[in-house]
Amino acid sequence: MVLLVAIFGKRLLDVDRGADPRVIPSVLLNTPMPKFSLAALPGRKSSAATPFTDADLKGRVSLVNVFGSWCIACLEEHPTLVAIAKQGGVQIYGIDWRDTPERGAEWLNDHGDPYALIGQDPDSTTAIDLGVTGAPETFVVDGDGIIRYKQIGPITPEIWQSTLRPLIADLQKTASQNTDGQK
Amino acid sequence: MSRFFPRALLVSALLFGAALHAHAVEPGEMMTDPKLEARARDVSQALRCVVCQNETIDESNAELAHDMRVLVRRRIAAGDTNEQVLSYMVGRYGDFVLLKPRFTTMTLLLWLGPMMILVLGGVALSRTVRGKRPVAAPLSPEEMAALAKLTAPGQDGTGASV
Repeated sequence: MVLLVAIFGKRLLDVDRGADPRVIPSVLLNTPMPKFSLAALPGRKSSAATPFTDADLKGRVSLVNVFGSWCIACLEEHPTLVAIAKQGGVQIYGIDWRDTPERGAEWLNDHGDPYALIGQDPDSTTAIDLGVTGAPETFVVDGDGIIRYKQIGPITPEIWQSTLRPLIADLQKTASQNTDGQK
Repeated sequence: MSRFFPRALLVSALLFGAALHAHAVEPGEMMTDPKLEARARDVSQALRCVVCQNETIDESNAELAHDMRVLVRRRIAAGDTNEQVLSYMVGRYGDFVLLKPRFTTMTLLLWLGPMMILVLGGVALSRTVRGKRPVAAPLSPEEMAALAKLTAPGQDGTGASV
């Protein structure tokens, strides 16, 4: 009984302190990025004839951002992504989720395009494979293609500074140490 | 509550909700084989709509729920068993996606908690009841003598003739 009160009490306190009760821990954490192959969003600087696939993520730390032109919170997040892309240091990939190519492209024309590659996921195939529950969601994927972090909801400048940037720096450091060791 | 949500509106909202509750499956989504469609419905009713959280994907009108229903049907058409489809979803969304949680170490407390409380409550209750039962103190020698005198046959004691 005391145990139950303690468990429920802790959770209530966490929620009270600002933990979002809707956030569900991802089961995909520390597992390889699911295989995917998404047609490139046409008409972008990044557009290629070949689809955007999980193989494109290999070799360096990257952010995979699930967005859509219909998504209000993505609009809030977008300037941060554009700023991160300008700074360089990490590749940002986009998955245009439940969107039409025309609307997706127009939205990026209006708000800027931070993405190295963009794939279209109109019927949620890859979104469901990634356990996505809403947009935006952003996955930090290391050079070996392993998911290391999932950001649910918009990346704010604060989250970028306090969580994502240090994490990415860490992952890049470990990666370079590993390659040094192999030499 | 009633100040912001007039009663008539509340009633109509509830009625409207009840009407919608049946299911959200659109004709275009359905499988041609009624047996497979029935299985798809079963599986969909066990899966949570991850956007709305307290609805099954079978009842939800959310777009992601629609896409999940289509995926369930695609997996069934590809030859998956119901259990395989559920595992596929759990592999991506975790146990959370199941409306009826599985029995794992994580959910042990959830499943056994009520039983534990019942047993603990039973023990506590029986102890309390037993503890409160009055225990008679043994009679003192004087009382014994008085009793013997009262119940002795052939005498005109007060209690004997009763």
